[in-house]
Amino acid sequence: MLSLAHFLTLGAILLCLGVAGIFLNRKNVIILLMAIELMLLSVNMNFVAFSRFLDNLDGQVFVFFILTVAAAEAAIGLAILVALFRNRQTINVAELDELGEGEA
Amino acid sequence: MLAMGVIEILFFLFSAVMVAAATMVITVRNPVYAALFLVLTFFSAAALWMLLEAEFLAIILVLVYVGAVMVLFLFVVMMLDINLTPLKEGFTRYLPVGLLVALAMLAELVLVLWSRGKLGPEDYPLPTPREQGYSNTQAVGEWLYTNYLWPFEIAGIVLLVAIVVAIMLTLRKRPESKHQNPAQQVKVRRSERVRLVKMPAEGGE
Repeated sequence: MLSLAHFLTLGAILLCLGVAGIFLNRKNVIILLMAIELMLLSVNMNFVAFSRFLDNLDGQVFVFFILTVAAAEAAIGLAILVALFRNRQTINVAELDELGEGEA
Repeated sequence: MLAMGVIEILFFLFSAVMVAAATMVITVRNPVYAALFLVLTFFSAAALWMLLEAEFLAIILVLVYVGAVMVLFLFVVMMLDINLTPLKEGFTRYLPVGLLVALAMLAELVLVLWSRGKLGPEDYPLPTPREQGYSNTQAVGEWLYTNYLWPFEIAGIVLLVAIVVAIMLTLRKRPESKHQNPAQQVKVRRSERVRLVKMPAEGGE
């Protein structure tokens, strides 16, 4: 018998995978963005599950807005990534440290 | 309507595919494969949302995420000529602490969810399926265009700003390209282009 806890557990597993992805792929900005997408998906999963089990459409409308903002975030993040790669020829996080050196 | 038991089988099947694909996203070496596994994750999530009778959002997830955002990811990954070897450094170094943090978080969340029994099957059973002819899209649309009209408009503005920002960030001036500048063309005066020269007429004696 499926219950709300099953879906919330699935969301929790996804969220933890996203956090682990940020830890494991600290050098690669693209995988970091993908890990953020995973965490957003886990939140959406929780919203949809609550919306169904509590019979309330507000959760689904909220997921709609989260998808909108996530799409905007992905577009801007990738645009920043492209501009970064054009200027530095790298997307390695470890090499992107010039902001702290006090020179451009 | 699906028989009881089938829903459980489908849930665990799609959940297993989803968790496995998400694990591959964060562990696989090549970003292209990671993006493709993320597509699989989103597809499984869409199937699970179908089980939860959120059909509109499931289709939106496939259309917007798989169709637009993930294709954008793939475009960027393939266009950038990335040297992959330095990007994988430290993977094994951060593996223990990453696993530790993730497992600790997971243990806490699962403990909260399952220890008290407040969210168990007896408290929140799966609701009875909707009757035939119920349209999730129509219900969400009516809800969205009445109670959430202003947030909906603001979401449109957010997308517009995202378009402008993405274009502005990636637009670059190419010095070698030859193009007209209409402002310069309009500003031209007659005196800059035409010069009347006084000279004696030829041949007329």
